[in-house]
This record gives sequence, structure tokens and C-alpha cells, in this order.
Amino acid sequence: MAGSLRALRRRIRSTQSTKKIFSAQELIAGARIVRAQNRVEASKPYAREITRVLSALAGSASLDHPLLTERTDARRVAVLVITSDRGFAGSYNVNVLRRTEELLGLLRNEGKEPVLYVVGRKGETYYRFRDREFAESWTGFSEQPNYSDAQEVGRALIDAFTAGEDDDEGGAGADGILGVDELHIVFTEFRSLLSQVPVANRMAPLVVEEVEEFSDEQRAAQDGSGRSSEVPTSYEFEPSAEALLDALLPKYVTTRIYAAMLEAAASESASRRRAMKSASDNAEELAKNLARQANQARQAEITQEISEIVGGADALVSAGSDD
Amino acid sequence: MATLQVELVAVEKMIWSGEASMVIARTTEGELGVLPGHAPLLGELAPGGVVRIRPESGEDLVVAAHGGFLSVTERGVSILAETAEISTDIDVERAREALRRAEQDGDDPDAVAAARRAQSRLRAAGQDA
Repeated sequence: MAGSLRALRRRIRSTQSTKKIFSAQELIAGARIVRAQNRVEASKPYAREITRVLSALAGSASLDHPLLTERTDARRVAVLVITSDRGFAGSYNVNVLRRTEELLGLLRNEGKEPVLYVVGRKGETYYRFRDREFAESWTGFSEQPNYSDAQEVGRALIDAFTAGEDDDEGGAGADGILGVDELHIVFTEFRSLLSQVPVANRMAPLVVEEVEEFSDEQRAAQDGSGRSSEVPTSYEFEPSAEALLDALLPKYVTTRIYAAMLEAAASESASRRRAMKSASDNAEELAKNLARQANQARQAEITQEISEIVGGADALVSAGSDD
Repeated sequence: MATLQVELVAVEKMIWSGEASMVIARTTEGELGVLPGHAPLLGELAPGGVVRIRPESGEDLVVAAHGGFLSVTERGVSILAETAEISTDIDVERAREALRRAEQDGDDPDAVAAARRAQSRLRAAGQDA
């Protein structure tokens, strides 16, 4: 009896200390969400400006840049997956990886061969454990991505994409490098603190939607402020429009990767906070139940001791009365 | 007097925005001054370049902008840069150190880009590069 009481007390102690870890993690994640959201906000002016410049360019330059042209027989397709480096984030990684599997299945059905690029240690482990090949992986920055990280990823993807331009039936084409014909990205979109949804987008060839989306936005802005139409008509270009497009498009792709990484980082922290909140709630519940059991055990022990004493005394009394 | 609405945005955050009377920048084609009423223009900033923003009153704002674009519209001027630093925030010693390191690394594209960045920072800070 005394043994079980001791064991229960030990379990209560350990549950309480894990609970402390969970709630600390919860607080950290909570602080990180705010920071991540601020960074998402801070990156928006640039994204807006670059979209504006791009749409101005798209109106003027002939759109035959490789990043804009649909390739008729896309065979190899790059898929960039953004996962987290650390666990303790509930279903965050599972969801984004499941979405990726869906996309891969879809691409295979279309007769395309997906090539994986992975960001985050969890994704890397997932594919390595399953002995699935991936082209490249980057780790160590999932919670606080920098633009330079996005640049690194972007460079690899754009290189692969450019190398894929001359690939032909089953061969690597003139440059001898097997590239890709499309770029897709799977990441977790941060809708709100309670809802983060894994989404898959195609990054290249770029869809002109972006430009239209911008003009919608602009129209909305004009409706709001009542300003006259400010869509610039004729631009001067320094250097030529084509050269500018060349320089701008890879940056645009990188900006989109960066934006996706920031969203994913915010989602990761939000998932982690939620997971840690329920973990510390569970730990508290567990500790409470264990405390009840321990009290019961203590009561039982005391009751038994009392009944032993009473029994002993009774035995002594009855033994004495016999004399 | 008419002014330009200037926005200086780096990828990670908006660095500066406000009214200015003139913006001087160097594109890959050459030095360029933008006054209010300038025709719409899109330009690629020269690597290692420096952008000067002249406010209506007070000192010029000198910025080391790297890997960027200049866009002039009727509304104003936006400068888009991958990294941008205002001269007063630049640590000259560190920039010098970075330049020296980058020059040692030779012809590697990353090192060249790093050297350019360091040069533009030094130039913005008013030092020889």
C-alpha cells in the first residue's frame, strides 16, 4: 500500500514538471506567432511593389520569358515542401505532408515525374525514413526564415527550372542537366490563429493571375479612396524591358518563396501553441486525477492502520478479560 | 513646391517613406536624378549603388541599396531593394572588414556580390571603396 502511494507521488511530480515544459513552450510559441505575423506584415510592401512593377512590365514587354511560358510537354515537376524543423507542433507537419502526397499523386496521374525539394528537418526525416528520393533539402530556419534562406532555395529551383528548358524526351538536352518544367510549392497558409491550411500553388510558369489580382486590389483601393485611375500607361525602361524582366522574375519567384516561408513560420508557431496548450491542459488533468488517487491511497492506508490498531487493542482487551 | 512621395522598401521591411524633393540613383545605364513630374520609369539599380533621397529640408538621406529596382510613377518613386541600409546605420568598420574578406575569396559569384554590397555600404557612408 505504501509502495503505491510513493509511486503515485512520483508520477504526480513528473507530470507536473512536463506540464511546466509544455506551458513554457506554449508561451514561447505565442510570442513567436506575434513576431512571425509582424514579419509577414513587414514583407508586404515589397511584395506589393514588385507585383506592381511586374504588372507594368508585363503590359509592355513581350511575354516570352521562360518563367512565363507554359511548356507544352512538362515531364519533370519540382515540388517544394515547407515543413518545420522541430516537432511539438501537433498535426502541422502531417497536414502539409499529406497535402504534398495529394499533389504528387495528382502530378503522377498527369504523367509527370515529381522532384521533391524539402525545407525543414521534419520533412527531410519523413522522406528519408521512407527511402524516398528528394533533390535537395534545407534545414535550420523554419521558425525564423531570412530572405537569404529564400534566396538560396529560390536559386536552386530557378536553376533547375532554367536547366529544364531544353530537356527533351527522356534526355537532359543540350546542357546535360536534367531540369524541371514546372515549380510547385506546398506550405501552410496562416488564415487565423485557429486555422492554418496547407495549400499547394504553382509558382512557375507564372500565372498572369498575379497581375489581375493586383489590379483588383488597385481598383478596390480606388473605390475606397475615390482617387482617379492611376494605372501607369507608358513607362521608360532602363535597361530594356526584356532585360528588366530577366532580372525581376527570379526575384519575384524568390519573394513568393519568402512569403510562403513566413506564412509557414507563423502557422508553425500557431500549431505549436495550440498543441502545447492542449498538452499542458492534459497534463494538468492527469495530475489532478493522480492526486485524487494518491489521496485515496493515503486514506486507505490510514484507515487500515487505524483498523489494525483498533483490532490489536480489541485483541488485547479480550485477551485481558479472559484472565 | 511639388514633392515626390518616396518609398524605400527592402524585402524584409519598409525602410523609409516620406516626401522628398529629389531622388538620385544610379541604374545599370547611368546616373539618374528624379524630380517631381518625372515621366514613368522602371530601372534596375546598378550593383553596389547608392541612392540619395533629398528631403524638402535637411540633410540628404543616403542609402546603400543592393539588388534593386527603381520605379517612378505619377504617384511617386519606389525603390525596391533586396537589402538596403541608411548611411547613419552603417557600421563602417564592419563594411570594410566584409569587403576585405570578400576580396580575398576571389571570383566566386557570392563573394563578388558580397564585395559589391560592402562597397555600396562604404560609399553610402561617405568612405572610399
